[in-house]
Amino acid sequence: MIVPAENHDMKKPNVLVFSGYGLNCEEETKVAFEMAGAKADIVHINDLIAKPSILKNYQIASIPGGFAYGDDTGAGKAYGNRVKQHLSKELEAFLSRDTLMIAICNGFQVATSAGILPGALIANDSARYICRWVDLEVKSSSPWLKGISRLSVPIAHGEGKYFADKKTLESLKKNGALALRYTKGEISKHFDLPANPNGALMDIAGVTARDGRVLGLMPHPERGVRFTQLPHWTYLKEQYVRAGKKLPADGPGIQIFKNAVKYFR
Amino acid sequence: MITRVTVRAKREDARADGYLRTLKNRFPKVKLKGVAVTEAYTIDAKLLPKELEKIAKGLANPIIEEYATKGVLAPETFSVAVEIGFLPGVTDNVGHTVREMIEDTTGRKFKDAAAVYTSRFLFLTGSTATDEAARMAREFYNPLIQRASVLSYSEFKKGVPIIVPKVELHSTVKTDEVNLEVDDDELMRIGKEGIVNKDNTRQGPLALSLRAMHIIRDYFRTIGRDPTDVELEALAQTWSEHCKHTIFADPLDEIEEGIYRRYIKGATQKIRKDKGKKDFCVSVFTDNSGGIAFDDKYLVTHKVETHNSPSALDPFGGAITDIVGVNRDCLGFGLGAKPIANVYGFCVADPTDETPYFRDKEKTQPLLSNRRILEGIVQGINAGGNQSGIPTPLGFVAVDPSFRSKPLVYGGTVGLIPRKSHGRKLHEKEARAGDYVVMIGGKVGLDGIHGATFSSEALAKGSPATAVQIGDPITQKKFSDAIVREARDAGLFNSITDNGAGGLSSSVGEMAKDSGGFVVDLEKVPLKYPGLSPWQIWISESQERMTLSVPKSKWNALKKIFDRHGVDAWRIGEFTKSGKAIVRWRGTKVMDMDMKFLHDGRPIEEQKSQPVLRTFAEPLPEERPKDLGKTLVEMLARPSIGSISFISQQYDHEVLAMAVTKPLQGRGRVNADSGVIQPLPHSNRGVVLAHGYAPWYSNIDTYAMAAASIDAAIRNAVAAGASLDHLAILDNFCWSSSNEPGRLYELKRAAEACYDIAVAYGTPYISGKDSMFNDFRGYTESDVQIHIAALPTLLISAIGVIPDVRKAVTLDAKQPGDLVYLIGDTNDELGASEYFTMLSERTSTYEVDRDDRHTMSNIGSNVPRVDTTKNMKTYKALEKAIQKGLVASAISVGRGGLAVALAKTAIAGKLGINADLTKLLGTAGTDDSRLFSESQGRVLVSVNSKLKREFEKSCQGSTLTLVGEVMKRNSLEVDLSEKRLNIPLKMLSAAYQKPFKNW
Repeated sequence: MIVPAENHDMKKPNVLVFSGYGLNCEEETKVAFEMAGAKADIVHINDLIAKPSILKNYQIASIPGGFAYGDDTGAGKAYGNRVKQHLSKELEAFLSRDTLMIAICNGFQVATSAGILPGALIANDSARYICRWVDLEVKSSSPWLKGISRLSVPIAHGEGKYFADKKTLESLKKNGALALRYTKGEISKHFDLPANPNGALMDIAGVTARDGRVLGLMPHPERGVRFTQLPHWTYLKEQYVRAGKKLPADGPGIQIFKNAVKYFR
Repeated sequence: MITRVTVRAKREDARADGYLRTLKNRFPKVKLKGVAVTEAYTIDAKLLPKELEKIAKGLANPIIEEYATKGVLAPETFSVAVEIGFLPGVTDNVGHTVREMIEDTTGRKFKDAAAVYTSRFLFLTGSTATDEAARMAREFYNPLIQRASVLSYSEFKKGVPIIVPKVELHSTVKTDEVNLEVDDDELMRIGKEGIVNKDNTRQGPLALSLRAMHIIRDYFRTIGRDPTDVELEALAQTWSEHCKHTIFADPLDEIEEGIYRRYIKGATQKIRKDKGKKDFCVSVFTDNSGGIAFDDKYLVTHKVETHNSPSALDPFGGAITDIVGVNRDCLGFGLGAKPIANVYGFCVADPTDETPYFRDKEKTQPLLSNRRILEGIVQGINAGGNQSGIPTPLGFVAVDPSFRSKPLVYGGTVGLIPRKSHGRKLHEKEARAGDYVVMIGGKVGLDGIHGATFSSEALAKGSPATAVQIGDPITQKKFSDAIVREARDAGLFNSITDNGAGGLSSSVGEMAKDSGGFVVDLEKVPLKYPGLSPWQIWISESQERMTLSVPKSKWNALKKIFDRHGVDAWRIGEFTKSGKAIVRWRGTKVMDMDMKFLHDGRPIEEQKSQPVLRTFAEPLPEERPKDLGKTLVEMLARPSIGSISFISQQYDHEVLAMAVTKPLQGRGRVNADSGVIQPLPHSNRGVVLAHGYAPWYSNIDTYAMAAASIDAAIRNAVAAGASLDHLAILDNFCWSSSNEPGRLYELKRAAEACYDIAVAYGTPYISGKDSMFNDFRGYTESDVQIHIAALPTLLISAIGVIPDVRKAVTLDAKQPGDLVYLIGDTNDELGASEYFTMLSERTSTYEVDRDDRHTMSNIGSNVPRVDTTKNMKTYKALEKAIQKGLVASAISVGRGGLAVALAKTAIAGKLGINADLTKLLGTAGTDDSRLFSESQGRVLVSVNSKLKREFEKSCQGSTLTLVGEVMKRNSLEVDLSEKRLNIPLKMLSAAYQKPFKNW
């Protein structure tokens, strides 16, 4: 079991990445945070339930993507239930400090089920799982999204359609919490794909809470941190090479993780 | 106490809309207005009313759903309600999750007998007749594993009875001795039909020959007692074709060592010796997967499996079990490799063909339709791969009518494992005497008993619980995490293997070869429900289980890890060095045999083959199309060539963040025959995966089929950037009627090709598998007895390592003005091509010849041949050019020939191509053979025109033809000797996307 030392090096924030019961993106999420300059630990939820006090040593919490409990009874429900039953108080205490949290894909579904973020994620309009890249328009003052106005990253989900009642949507809008919206950008144009992949209301791909410190989103920024992860990088490569330019190393998703690290500097 | 909670969507429900869409498509004449869905959770557990309310709340997301704890939530008006639920004993994953949710919510653990059963209500409006609704319900359930009840509105209003599909076994549980001192006829019957029960029914087929039965009888004579049913069943498993691969292992004609040792293993031995210091094989043929070097610190592993018979019966269950099963072959490599990629291949019959077939003469047991089979398989691999968090970068669909009865469902898993951990070589393992036998994962039920051999009669009369298995990816994911992340590197076990075919009898028996014996106490094996006989526990194929060999001193530490991960683990015995295989049940020995007899006692069969020669006429000149452009468009729309994007985009290929080249390439999203992944985030080193298959060529010659499959796999890999210096392959044979001398001859010929081609290219086999009886015997609608035998099929899977993924190449044309080259010769080789097959379908119907082979009459005889000397030059030249960065796109020329390769390059790049095919090298003399010949060894590439000289120089020594250039104009224009084709790109694209457009 991982017990991090108390963190005095604020240049390298400690990140807790949830795992267990079928979450499955924890390793690449850890990698993305570490590429950005953080120190990340993968922690099994049962270990956290056994010793919730370790949360005190972390500045960032991340619920990564996956298929917790196989999406049985609805994506995120069973894991969200486990979080709610065993970690409600502790997470409240964690979030009331000046901390950050990111909930990606299945993590977003878990976070809405557990009441950490508003709204719900329901079955895609196509009623089918879909894996592709999307373009996002960013309008937010969230520390996670500082300096980002457009972002292209992949999605992979069966239940990713954002849903909330009118009242919730209006208050989200008013509070500037509608952080990420699907838009027809570079990649959807390149591949001639619809901007909104799942029928999400108001094209919502991600929302924030607690002044933007908590970000939940269906797309996977951790899967787009290298140039060679882009779906059209071999096409771009030919353009770079013929123009005599060097190939970039980074992908667009890394900025989100860099922003989180910067927040603590 | 039985309670039922029902949950439904408050507003929109995409799944209900999906049902409606499907039904409207399938039953256009029925006036169906709407479908509503309600989920039901039937809870068999003691609960307080307060608890029930809390549980129900947890099952419904208040924003979008509502629940009821009494009655069944239903729309105000509807015509018919259909409830679909599982039959007793069928794995109910959602039920398991709800059980865990209830434990989480109430804070108490339930007793074993407590369970949750799920079912789903569909409410149909607009269609009044219940018999019509029953027909519709058939679209959504499989009677082998599920039940459906149809209720009219008034019946529903009277109250819906709660069905609890609990398994109730009434048989008395004990072990019987089997008298083998009987005449040969009875011995044969026991071997074929199984051990006789008290009521004169039989336990199910053992598939033991008379010779095997004699050997067993004689062995027990020498120890002076009758065998028990446990011993006979265990021998049947251990000696089975499935476990021992007897057809590949036993002498065939003059090949005394068997074709596996001579041609497959023999090829690898020769290649490794030839490579000397450059040998990259580390662990081949001895383990659950094959392992090769990745870099100084890591190995990559690969294994491909099939699950054909189960997929024919329950496509979803068969396919999910296939993929999660082969994941365990990865976890079972060495001390546990981490699965990093899945691959798939589905050989099926045309999904639009709805010709019915029946298992029985009475026609009460229809085969599932082609469409249902493919849909189910696609969903099964989806659930298994996506839920496990393993990316699926590569796969294919191949169509032929011979796959009507038994689809071939290939599933493979690539793994990553450090070479060493704490000084231990992780690819080595050894169960030691004194270690505990530990079983982890799920509990044991009747699942899959005699799974491989059960007959259609058994299906009609037998218990539904045994028929099919359904995988549970989450249970497996939990132990996968525990093993790969913690237990392996903590050094807490000495050996690990999968519980697959043959269950514990196989896994424990195999592992105990290292230590030299074992003792297992069957009452310690946890059961899903009471009432299993000892022999059933010993051979059950219940899923999601692995067996570990654990030193006594490490047990507590290991158990702690598993507990923290929510993984169940049980000590069920001990490995020994006694030389004895001992199984006890409640203190009594029910099996006590020599290890040597168990493993090496089986009879060796002398197999004889008989040459067959198949020749076919070619389509007559007047049967050849005049408009070859139109023909190309038709070819692109055929399911073996067209897009399978509906599969590629529902399989997560981005998880683990390793994908480099994707399954759909270019703006026009064309399916690739290769995939490149980057396993480590901080190293540019990559793994190239590719497949090769050509079952259609078996209509003419299996040597050519196997050679083309190997050549295609290697070609696909090289076109993506792989190097022949670090490229390994896997063989998966799917044969039919394998006891017939003609088929054995064809098998021998294919195996010869395996040796010849692999040795020539220096690509060693590292793992393989075979499935030898893909046959169906049944009836047509007009009562004709038929036998459908799947075309002999060899899937070759290639795995290569490359130093830099940034050199990887995709198949899409990149820039107007780029030059288009063909490397390799185009010969007059249209035999069994997609083109001749298509023409032949128009002029003839499928015929069944004396060998029960279904084949078309005019498919020609000039099947493509592989010239390894020439092709080697092509591949070496291409490899060099790609490493120098001279190639903008590359596509291997395969099914459909050069025309299809040109079209795919253009569709993918959304750019036109202007090509001149009049000056091709090779023997192809007519326009149609230039376009559609499937000559092997060819790659079509595009090159920046500024690099023309450098590229041509780099390719010196290979047969290179400049065929044209990429252009902005959106059309494919091709000069032929007699005419010029000019086809708009839009038309090509639409045709390519057509075959599975609305799936």
